[in-house]
Amino acid sequence: MGRYIVRRILWGVLLLIVVAALMFVFFRILPTGDPAKLRAGRTASAKLLSEIRHDLGLDKPLLTQFWEFMKELFLHFKLGYSYYSSAPVTELIKNRLPATISLVAGGALIWLLSGVTVGIISAIRRRTVLDRASMGTALVLVSAPEYWLGLIALYFFAADIGKVHVFPGAGTYVGLSSDPGKWFTSLILPWLVVAASNAAIYARLMRGSLIDVMGEDYIRTARAKGLRERRVIVRHGVRSAINPIVTIFGLDIGVLLGSAILVETVFNIPGIGRLNYDAITHADFPIVQGTVLAAALFIVCANIVVDIAYAYLDPRVRYS
Amino acid sequence: MSSRTLAGTSEPLLRVEDLHVEFHTEDGVVHAVDGITYQVLPGGTLGIVGESGSGKTVSSLTTMGLTRPQGAHISGRILFEGRDLVTLSDAEMRKIRGNDIAMVFQDPLSSLHPFYKVGAQLIEAVRAHNDVSKSTARERAVDLLGLVGIPDPARRIDDYPHEFSGGMRQRAMIAMALANEPKLLIADEPTTALDVTVQAQILALMERLQRELGMAIVIITHDLGVVAELADDIAVMYAGRIVETTSAERLFESPQHPYTWGLLKSIPSLEGSRERELVPIPGSPPSLISRPRGCHFHPRCAYVQPEHKVVDPHLEQVPGEPDHHVACLLSPEERRGLWHALQEGRTPHEAIETVGLQEGGA
Repeated sequence: MGRYIVRRILWGVLLLIVVAALMFVFFRILPTGDPAKLRAGRTASAKLLSEIRHDLGLDKPLLTQFWEFMKELFLHFKLGYSYYSSAPVTELIKNRLPATISLVAGGALIWLLSGVTVGIISAIRRRTVLDRASMGTALVLVSAPEYWLGLIALYFFAADIGKVHVFPGAGTYVGLSSDPGKWFTSLILPWLVVAASNAAIYARLMRGSLIDVMGEDYIRTARAKGLRERRVIVRHGVRSAINPIVTIFGLDIGVLLGSAILVETVFNIPGIGRLNYDAITHADFPIVQGTVLAAALFIVCANIVVDIAYAYLDPRVRYS
Repeated sequence: MSSRTLAGTSEPLLRVEDLHVEFHTEDGVVHAVDGITYQVLPGGTLGIVGESGSGKTVSSLTTMGLTRPQGAHISGRILFEGRDLVTLSDAEMRKIRGNDIAMVFQDPLSSLHPFYKVGAQLIEAVRAHNDVSKSTARERAVDLLGLVGIPDPARRIDDYPHEFSGGMRQRAMIAMALANEPKLLIADEPTTALDVTVQAQILALMERLQRELGMAIVIITHDLGVVAELADDIAVMYAGRIVETTSAERLFESPQHPYTWGLLKSIPSLEGSRERELVPIPGSPPSLISRPRGCHFHPRCAYVQPEHKVVDPHLEQVPGEPDHHVACLLSPEERRGLWHALQEGRTPHEAIETVGLQEGGA
């Protein structure tokens, strides 16, 4: 197991190196605009431009630039400076991380609990009105785009512009450490929007998985022992049916940490997605590069966590 | 033998009376069990024999109340120690399941939960009906594993099912069934998924356990060889009905139903001449949604007569054999003649000529 984890981590690092290299290629070789020009602004003189080129190391051969980029990144965890604000990219990402983690963690908790619960109830009350209503709602939520749901939520429930003034609206986010109460209320709507489509997917997945499992021979054995039906469902059924959920849960969190762009933008939450969105609109490539790498890092980590979790959930899986 | 020595003195432990089990599906009504009656005496062994789809498993699952979650329509009576299990509430049925009546299934690997240790699953079975501490239940679980012949049970109890061999898994399943010393053990094809050598071990184990614990056994199988070893009485099922029932000796000595003959003739034997040909039963069991008119076996029966395609036979006593019943429209003389001819190694075709029946019921 230990060796397996080490190997997975090494593969993860390798994958990150490849992603970093691709990022370098995309931003230097593809015609995305001259970083020096972008940095200097519209009315820069030729002298200023060449100074900037020299400062950024853009006058060096491409391979040297690549080597220095990779060295900075993997040995010093440095991603350069924002063209726009001149702030170090790693600092910017670090500052934005708490907001994104707050959004994703709260949303994930909601979608996991609600999705799994609805899925279980639908599975054991199969073909009842309750099941059909839940699955119908799930279908609507899966189909609804996040930014649309976000806008609808604001339109109806935001304290400033909503029809009913219930929850704080866009741009009200404050850090957990500065005011836990406001942190919580400001995130309620974003959490619900992030959770909605995922909860629907999880409910459908959980329902299907549990229906399959309840047809297994070992469920019949559990009943034959004379166990209570509740115990048969939870200890024997759900215990098995939850495995695929755990797998995608880890991956979904990893993906969302790097890509909550829409919800963070709609609700104006200063997270990594919002940072990325702003950087794209300003052609602030070091930040785009940084956020993409951060997203890759989250996904790689999530994969490793899921693999390890799987070995603990299913004793038949023993990596060697 | 116990069933006959006890026959005069004891009430049956289990008496199934005119049991019908139907499933309403989109394709139509599945008549899985169609009016069967049998009984098991305390400490006795009944073998239920038939092909897959004959209703033998469904009838036993119904005895356990395990067809209820599938929405089965059940009528008739299942009297266990005088109580009708069909009318019991789910909660009352649950107290009997795994306690007074326990069941062992065909495939021990898929029947054990893959994520829990064997010990945990045994402990759960013990504690389902006994308010004992985990450590007491664990001691009991170790004893049970030892009882069914698993070496070093105190260590193996912490293994997962996939770490057991096929035979050991079935032993563990049997141990789980014995957790609360049931009065009746239902074994559904307990040896079918196992290697031949292991099959014999499991049957020997069940025989020993029955001797030591005095429980009754219903063993369900498609293999007459298995029940020959174990059963006092045998019921042969076809298309949801019992077509022949008697003691094990009588069944092998003077089988009455052409389907039973088919089962007997399709067992390979090591004794006798290699020349003796196996006679398989042609065709396959009928759909339980739209069964053939008349005798349900007639499309596969070599001795079918015109009226057999119209008249539905009922179980009747074989003349001169009080404990022997058969549902066949051939006359007792015709059956005796046919079986005699088959015994002499003749083909069904030749046997028909000997007896002077019409061929193929044309």
